[in-house]
Amino acid sequence: MNADNQLLSSPIRVLVAKPGLDGHDRGAKVVAAALRDAGMEVIYAGLHKTPEVIVETALQEDVDVVGLSILSGAHMTLFPRVRQLLDEAGAAKVLLTGGGIIPDHDVEQLQDLGVGQLFGPGSTLDELATYISEEVARRRATSNGA
Amino acid sequence: MLVTSGIDELLRRVREGEVLACARLMTWAERGDPRFAQAHGDIAGALGGARRLGITGPPGAGKSTLVEGLAKSWRRREPQRTLGILAVDPSSPFTGGALLGDRVRMADLALDPGVFIRSMATRGAFGGLAQRTDDLLDVLDLSGRDTLMVETVGVGQSEVDVARSADLTVVVLHPGGGDTIQAMKAGLMEIADLYVLNKADMPGADRLALQLEDALSMRDLPADQRPPILHTSASEGRGLDELAVALDGLWEAAQSSGSLAERRRSNMRRRVVRLVEGRLAADLWQRSGLSDSLDEQLAQAGTLSAHALAADLLATWQDSPRSDPRP
Repeated sequence: MNADNQLLSSPIRVLVAKPGLDGHDRGAKVVAAALRDAGMEVIYAGLHKTPEVIVETALQEDVDVVGLSILSGAHMTLFPRVRQLLDEAGAAKVLLTGGGIIPDHDVEQLQDLGVGQLFGPGSTLDELATYISEEVARRRATSNGA
Repeated sequence: MLVTSGIDELLRRVREGEVLACARLMTWAERGDPRFAQAHGDIAGALGGARRLGITGPPGAGKSTLVEGLAKSWRRREPQRTLGILAVDPSSPFTGGALLGDRVRMADLALDPGVFIRSMATRGAFGGLAQRTDDLLDVLDLSGRDTLMVETVGVGQSEVDVARSADLTVVVLHPGGGDTIQAMKAGLMEIADLYVLNKADMPGADRLALQLEDALSMRDLPADQRPPILHTSASEGRGLDELAVALDGLWEAAQSSGSLAERRRSNMRRRVVRLVEGRLAADLWQRSGLSDSLDEQLAQAGTLSAHALAADLLATWQDSPRSDPRP
């Protein structure tokens, strides 16, 4: 197997974290378990993480994806901050996605800032896993094994 | 050469301790990327400076909390000393997925630039570590980290691979783990250089200590070679400085007595054997048609002998042309 095939077939690594102050981590845990069952390696970081901790963890773990669960209403601060810190650290190709209670017009603004698809109430776990698989495959195929 | 493109630059950045570069090289190593194996000969001379400690024990013994506590103890008392931590958790044998949760218990280390933590899934290995654990430890070593800790999955009796990767092995036990000692006499109980009796403030700790002494006395070791037993309460922060100091003492004693060099040689030998066996197995199954021909034979009616089929397969493999020599 050559290096390119290994890259495309190795497990997707996802960091699941909850930034900010709200303590509702059931959703994050359900998502972590679902992505594990979809064959991904999920690093679960737990509650109350700052954007700085999330990004440092993402760098050390060399993840493909950072998934944030935000129910506190602070999504317009936290998503852009994590995106900015990732980009500044040289991890621009890491997919930033997540879910929570996020109004549609906020979703559009966040996506303009380089955040991926966001999953609100009513989204299924299959939709999320499929989106991540396809998006990571696309990013890996264009990253030339680096 | 296309296949080595980028590795020299990456290695240079790793040696400067750059986090992103270390993380990326670990990913290459973990995938079995041939660029890592090719570069390994060039970096081997720079390895061996780091102390490699293995931390193992049954699920729920408090390994992650203990690792965090040890790291904090070293960092507080010796701010110049840098650490690398590998935390291994199991992959699902069915989906290949994994939930890597050890970092949750190491939250206090998250922003300490002197500590690098990497979570690792076993990816099909069953000895308590992942197949590429040694390679990832090498990356941390190359990056100049002084002390490395590898935390195994929660183990039962026979997952003893950690003793073949580490300079020193710590077995962590806790009261309330059932009749742990009885259960572990045959495997895990033979690999410890030091025992930690964690959660020593909980009921049953005294009884566990007696059982442990009893089990050790049956091993017929001279008194001065019996592994020490330390008591900790990792979540309360008790006993951790003493444990860190004891580990340093053991490591330094092993270094001056020559037993460290001996253990590293024997670990190296096992590692080479594993690599050779892995390559042979990969070569065997990648050789075109062998797997298919086995399936065809299995589909035939009549009595089949597993031993006869295996002999056929190996004979076919030996007669088939070698594939392109690979680096």
